Amino acid sequence: MKYLCLIYDVEKRWETMSKEESGKIYGEYYTFTEDIKSSGHYIGGNPLQPTATATTVRVRNGSIGTTDGPFAETKEQLGGYYLIEARDLNDAIQVAARIPAVRDGSIEVRPIAQM
Amino acid sequence: MSEELTIVQRTVDELYRAHSRRVLATLIRLTGSFDAAEEALHDAFVAALERWPGAGVPAKPVPWLVSAGRFKAIDRARRRANFDAKQEEIARDMIASATVDADHHEDDAIGEDRLRLIFTCCHPALSPDAQVALTLRTVGGLTTEEIAHAFFMPAPTLAQRIVRAKNKIRCARIPYEIPAARDLPGRLDTVLAVLYLIFNEGYSASSGDSLTRGDLCAEAIRLCRLLLDLLPEPEVEGLLALMLLHDSRRAARVSTSGEPLLLEAQDRALWDTDQIREGVARTERALTSHRYGSYALQAAIGAVHAEAPSAGRTDWRQIVGLYDVLMEMNASPVVELNRAVAVAMSDGPAAGLALIDGLFARGELTSYQLAHAARADLLRRLGRRTEAVTAYANALALTAQAPHRRFLEKRIAELGH
Repeated sequence: MKYLCLIYDVEKRWETMSKEESGKIYGEYYTFTEDIKSSGHYIGGNPLQPTATATTVRVRNGSIGTTDGPFAETKEQLGGYYLIEARDLNDAIQVAARIPAVRDGSIEVRPIAQM
Repeated sequence: MSEELTIVQRTVDELYRAHSRRVLATLIRLTGSFDAAEEALHDAFVAALERWPGAGVPAKPVPWLVSAGRFKAIDRARRRANFDAKQEEIARDMIASATVDADHHEDDAIGEDRLRLIFTCCHPALSPDAQVALTLRTVGGLTTEEIAHAFFMPAPTLAQRIVRAKNKIRCARIPYEIPAARDLPGRLDTVLAVLYLIFNEGYSASSGDSLTRGDLCAEAIRLCRLLLDLLPEPEVEGLLALMLLHDSRRAARVSTSGEPLLLEAQDRALWDTDQIREGVARTERALTSHRYGSYALQAAIGAVHAEAPSAGRTDWRQIVGLYDVLMEMNASPVVELNRAVAVAMSDGPAAGLALIDGLFARGELTSYQLAHAARADLLRRLGRRTEAVTAYANALALTAQAPHRRFLEKRIAELGH
């Protein structure tokens, strides 16, 4: 069963972080990713550029409309994701609970729909 | 023949009442689906009504019903497989597990299935509302209409809530299992919270005209007994003790005209002595385990009340002491409020009032009607009538329940306003 783990945290935090701090977090992500690769949970995953680089696209009445940024102001922003293979939701929760951002932000675990 | 038919009918009815939930719990494991298990449960009892009048009631009817339900479920899945290729896989899985499980419905296995069902219905990935509805429906066997009625809710809304919960269990694949030892304490907390929520919904109806709805209290107690039987943990026993001790005062909590009566005004002769005896014994057992938690402590407070001949002759010092331990374990504004009331009884109303004012000054419980009512009561006892009336009016503005409103209105009238 596949789950998408959406990583939400306060992206502003990254702007004020020292090089040592961010380096330490990148290291934690590297270790975590290697761990879930060897346990067989990992399918894919990526960090995302900040929301300032995002573009929201809509088509209304046949014409494309684009706006700057995500459509809603929220406290936490989508900052990256992992796609994982897990036995069931409990297994997925165990994996999500080890993603470094879980300590300050939150992880949304969504089952992938089978088409 | 017709007489035999009536006897079989009665046996089947009794079996349904006593054991349908056990059969359902095992069928959910075997079919891997709540909906398929409910269909299979229905089919199994229909099969019993067809076969037993001729063949006689089997010696072990519960395993018979489980087997019958399982084979009916396989039948249905096979029939569906003819139109739907995806179902074929499910049918194959079910047949595979059926052969493995063929001799595996001894009582222990069935007990474990009930525990699996309880933990699945109370999975923290479901909302508390959904946990309550699903637990009452599938573990308790209440009908959707009964649950909706108890929660003053339209039946379709409640039914929708149950459908969504089952849907999430299936789509997100919430596993049908007893949590591992590592996760058990946290998961058990959720289960106990659900049971206590059901109990409290019955004990203090959150709206409407009737103050106690004994059915929900009795159901919560019954479910907690079942849980204790399956999982003899001190906190389960602590919660059972707490509910028994609360429930023992049910008949005394309301006056003949339907108004709520405070502890000091209750006729203690109306307290249920059997429930008190059992509640006290269970409290003691939970406490001596030294692995107790906040439910057992609250039960201990209830036990002190239950053993006191009157409100005045209650060991309030001991109650304050128990609240102190509870605060260390599980501090919350509501615990602080209850401690303040006990302090008022032990050291005088002024001491209690200072504690409640301290809570309000921190912005805690300012929209909690019981905090305003308790404060009003202390002001009244101190003879500060005008302030007491204002405090009762604050409580009244936050109260929806008709009997509580009448009680507060009466207090205001007594103070000459």
